[in-house]
Amino acid sequence: MDALSAFSNPHKFMAVSKPFAWGFTGLGIVIVIWGVYQGLYVAPPDYQQGDAAKIMFVHVPSSWLALFIYVFMAGASFISFVWRSPLADICAKSCAPIGAAFTFLCLITGSIWGKPMWGTWWEWTDPRIVSVLIMFFFYLGYMAIWNVMETQQKAARAAAILCLVGAINLPIIHYSVNWWNSLHQVSSFMNDKSTTTSEYKWPMYITFSLGYLALFGGLTLLNMRAEVYKRRAEMLMQRKMVFG
Amino acid sequence: MDAIKPKAVDKGVTELPIAGASSLTLRIENLAASRGLRMLFAGLSFAVSGGETLELRGPNGSGKSTLLRILAGLTRQHAGSVTFSGSQVHPEDGVAIHYLGHLDAVKPTETAGQQALFWARFFGRKDEAAWKALERVGLTSRIDVPGRGLSAGQKRRLALARLLIEPRPVWLLDEPTAALDMQGRAEMDLIVTEHVAAGGLVVAAMHGQGFPNARTLDVSALAPAAA
Amino acid sequence: MSGSVSTFFRELRLAWSGGGGPALPVGFFGVASSLTPFAVSPDAATLHLVGPGVMLIALALSSLLPMERLFQADLEDGTLDAYAGSGVSLEGIAGAKMLAHWIATGLPLAVIAPVIWILLLGDPGLSGLVILVSAITAAGFFFIGSIGAALAAGVRRGGLLIALVALPLYIPLMIFGAATLNSAVVGNDWGPPLMLTAAAALFGAAISPFASAMALRAAID
Repeated sequence: MDALSAFSNPHKFMAVSKPFAWGFTGLGIVIVIWGVYQGLYVAPPDYQQGDAAKIMFVHVPSSWLALFIYVFMAGASFISFVWRSPLADICAKSCAPIGAAFTFLCLITGSIWGKPMWGTWWEWTDPRIVSVLIMFFFYLGYMAIWNVMETQQKAARAAAILCLVGAINLPIIHYSVNWWNSLHQVSSFMNDKSTTTSEYKWPMYITFSLGYLALFGGLTLLNMRAEVYKRRAEMLMQRKMVFG
Repeated sequence: MDAIKPKAVDKGVTELPIAGASSLTLRIENLAASRGLRMLFAGLSFAVSGGETLELRGPNGSGKSTLLRILAGLTRQHAGSVTFSGSQVHPEDGVAIHYLGHLDAVKPTETAGQQALFWARFFGRKDEAAWKALERVGLTSRIDVPGRGLSAGQKRRLALARLLIEPRPVWLLDEPTAALDMQGRAEMDLIVTEHVAAGGLVVAAMHGQGFPNARTLDVSALAPAAA
Repeated sequence: MSGSVSTFFRELRLAWSGGGGPALPVGFFGVASSLTPFAVSPDAATLHLVGPGVMLIALALSSLLPMERLFQADLEDGTLDAYAGSGVSLEGIAGAKMLAHWIATGLPLAVIAPVIWILLLGDPGLSGLVILVSAITAAGFFFIGSIGAALAAGVRRGGLLIALVALPLYIPLMIFGAATLNSAVVGNDWGPPLMLTAAAALFGAAISPFASAMALRAAID
């Protein structure tokens, strides 16, 4: 077995990750379902906004996770770049679709909440919404690189660079949108996102955050395992082509 | 644009002996390289000194080009080390190499003269170095021809001219005689022999007839066996 | 230093000689901007409102046009290998190429910008500012776009990937550049937004050679 197998076939990781991958995913699903039940049936409607405010329970934690996953990806990209670790590459690649999904969820739920609250499906002058949209584009660009590049090694390098460039630029973009926002008069209530006064707010946020975090961990591990299987299969195919 | 008129060049030795070249050594230890998921070779160890020519042999795809690129610092090796040592080697910058790959790096819209002149200025040499190099590779009559008007052999010569414009001890050549006719090959032999005689170190991937007094290394012999 | 400087002059010459020089981006700039009255409204009040922004969008898209060939040609003919093996810093070479292309294409776009401005019924008195803002934002577009070009070097039809990567990064330049022009149109002080535009462009110029060189090394690996 040649040394190259360490690159595409991290044995230790595969041996250790299986229970965690399925365990975290299962745990995440359970917590999220429980959270949805709590939020929909147990928590009373918000006295000001009614049941619509409850979508905040799903929305706010998803925004936290969208950002957290991007930072996590940037960390994996940094490790991959400096230490050339193939596991870090696979990790970053595996996080991206999950981060993109949470970002998308954040945008959709924010939009659903915004319609009855602000009367509009979208609001450009809220810097947080815009920053999340930009982050969504970054995720898309990142995933595009993995799909478009010739070899996975080249994709790993380019994707890592893109992730880090994006990370550096995100605060700048956020600042510029803030600045731009200050030029345009915005009615104060539009900036007031989570006006729900429900005492269930923080327990719900924490519940969903933990559920999302577990889902993120589990799904990322599952993605990583799938990626390793894919590379094993490719290696076997290549061997067959060379040696017959 | 006016045709570039070269000044009179004097015939003579193209390069002076490289000072301290006898101490120049290239040492490879346990080198392994991969392309995609395929391991090309592993456990490669050898040493070459200034004044020697090493030919890399093996079928297409055996890793000759990849090995040259690793030596040139363009591609990362999978494992193992590449060390240059000797008085020619700068502690920080390493040793000055010339890499001549498959591709000629010839632009279609620039003339041969313009490109040679560019490389002379790029390396911080005087313009005369460009004219001397063009004469040495036999392209003086093509100075005003744009890259797209040059034949494959002429482009190869132009690529070779770059090596002559700036003297550097280590030459890494990937099939240098490809597209050259017999006369071109004889001239290339002469140029490489002169460089080696002056103390240079040459590693070249070859097909067919090789250079005089060269050692050979069959890269395909180090390919990993089927598991 | 002679390596980067000579590369700069060569790139300048190559940019002008290849494919008609700046003619294509300039033509695109004009045509794309001209869609505005048809798409939005030909009436003066509306054009005063949207003109500056649309012009900058067209400028950004025109800047993306030369990006695909920025590093692709050198990668394909072996010049990038020659540069990388030469010992001259790849950051210097990348920076020289970006600067040369900005001068060869970005500055012509900036010079044409007042014409577009007037076509969109802008105040001719602001032409000087229009050239300045266009030149600065174009510099930012070229430098940041180069990062995308370096990442997409060697990718078939990388133009789309370059756009996907570069356009979100263009947002600060777009915000500050448009704010500068809009302030001038309304009569406010355009100094602060101009400073911010220049800062955004300089930031792009500072990180781009390093990010691009990293991406190029990965591309030739």
